[in-house]
Amino acid sequence: MNLLPFVATANSSFQFDIGWFIHFVFPPSPALLGGLAITIYVAVIAQAVGVVLGVLSALAGMSRSRVLRGISGLYVWFFRGTPLLVQLFLVYFGTPYLFGGIDLFPNHVGLVGLDIKGAVLAGIVAFSVNEGAYMSEIVRAGILSIDPGQTEAAKSLGMTYRLTMMRIVLPQALRVIIPPLGNEFNNMLKTTSLLSVIAVEEIFRVAQAANSASFKTFEAFLGVALYYLALTTIWSAIQGVIERRLGVSQAGGQQASFWSRMFGFARRTTGTAEVEVPSSGGH
Amino acid sequence: MSVNILDAIGGLPRPETDTVVEATAVEKWFGKLHVLKGVSLTVKRREVVVVIGASGSGKTTFIRCINHLEKIQKGRIFVNGHLIGYREESGKLVEDKERNIAKQRQEIGMVFQRFNLFPHMTVLDNITEAPMKVRGVPKDEAVTTGRALLARVGLSMKEAVYPSQLSGGQQQRVAIARALAMKPALLLFDEPTSALDPEMIGEVLDVMKELAIEGMTMIVVSHEMGFAREVADRVVMMDDGRIIEEGTPEHFFTAPQHERTKAFLSKIL
Ligand SMILES: Nc1ncnc2c1ncn2[C@@H]1O[C@H](COP(=O)(O)OP(=O)(O)OP(=O)(O)O)[C@@H](O)[C@H]1O
Ligand SMILES: [Mg+2]
Repeated sequence: MNLLPFVATANSSFQFDIGWFIHFVFPPSPALLGGLAITIYVAVIAQAVGVVLGVLSALAGMSRSRVLRGISGLYVWFFRGTPLLVQLFLVYFGTPYLFGGIDLFPNHVGLVGLDIKGAVLAGIVAFSVNEGAYMSEIVRAGILSIDPGQTEAAKSLGMTYRLTMMRIVLPQALRVIIPPLGNEFNNMLKTTSLLSVIAVEEIFRVAQAANSASFKTFEAFLGVALYYLALTTIWSAIQGVIERRLGVSQAGGQQASFWSRMFGFARRTTGTAEVEVPSSGGH
Repeated sequence: MSVNILDAIGGLPRPETDTVVEATAVEKWFGKLHVLKGVSLTVKRREVVVVIGASGSGKTTFIRCINHLEKIQKGRIFVNGHLIGYREESGKLVEDKERNIAKQRQEIGMVFQRFNLFPHMTVLDNITEAPMKVRGVPKDEAVTTGRALLARVGLSMKEAVYPSQLSGGQQQRVAIARALAMKPALLLFDEPTSALDPEMIGEVLDVMKELAIEGMTMIVVSHEMGFAREVADRVVMMDDGRIIEEGTPEHFFTAPQHERTKAFLSKIL
């Protein structure tokens, strides 16, 4: 198959090599499987830590303490206001400057019995902290969506702030938080590809290596695109199950169907007319 | 209603003092808006006080100050002999620690106009949550008490449903049961029937009347004068941030003194 018919086509390396492509995609090589593992675990850990940071930052941002509000504000301002790639470099290369010459992310870090590449750890840190800033806004919006009467009822029963948050407000806010949180994780799965620039062998880096070795450029990158698609598609399905379990739609939150999440529009029936609502994008 | 509701919580909770509420010269501002202009009110054990007054006169604000959902700027409010929400330091009011305020609120039940049940919990969980998590009551005991309360407000079959599946009147009865489960010395009601369809008002008032008869100490913001006439010991008329008239229900029906009171009563009666 010739993909660029109007360009001089003497060079045979512009011929799509379907055999190579299929072989690259399936069965995946050990390198690709290893890359997949890194992509998934970095995304999962960074998202999980990001959610925790986001909850803490949101609570700090809504607290009575001016200092806590200031810290939360600065945090969100900085990490939403600078490119993630820059943050990754700051974290990876910057720690010796911040910590008196000590590199927190050397080539190999022994961490609770695991031997992790320093660059992977730096990536997890950078992605977590960046994600926390975005989650902070999402969690804040979730908390603000809860009727203040809920907090008042909890308080009037003698509940402390902590109990009120843990038992009354956050569980309800979860329904509002879950849909955008799903989008965040979809983004996170793809964002991990940035790790390739600091030599972490996640799937995109594996594809780059395959390209360098074979010059099968389009085949390699189309192959890795399929892997990202597979990951985000599976996640969309999981997200759908979670949202149905939590009854997100009952709480007034918009429950996007699998198809609307995949193709970016939601069909909602209002009376007899069908309207298409553009779904909110990521960041 | 012939059942004894308070039996479900082991009888009438005993306040520590004979004077349950003692508010003196309470003043409150919302920013520049002077909302309470020196409100004083004393409520004795087993007393039922009904608060009436025009919209914006400060009724809601006042009863919210009693459990410190609102701060006050001047005056003192004691419940059960404890200064609510503040410590006194060399004559000045300093807001108390959140933990101490939470502890004081355990003794003060509140029922809201819009119920404010927890929508993510079943009816029974709504009632057992605070006793278990706040008072540390064991689960089986909390459930037994919760079921007993539900039975006495006529909602036994509803323990496993969610609040959204209940009518307004049913929700408000659950809210009363939820407040009672903490065995409070005092119950505050802020227009508990004004968000209800007319046919549901009776079922809620019946529960409140029964509580009044059983000796529960209550402050009720309500314009249900039939309720006031039947069970109130005292009616208090608020106007523009002040209590302008106070007396028995009979006094308000037969010989209201203040022009504002007369005008107000002529509108609601
Ligand atoms: N959170 C608030 N911030 C600012 N002003 C407030 C707030 N809550 C109440 N107010 C004002 O305080 C005054 C007293 O209000 P409050 O709700 O106590 O009156 P009310 O007697 O309960 O009236 P209603 O019969 O309408 O419930 C009103 O002027 C109201 O606008
Ligand atoms: Mg009011």
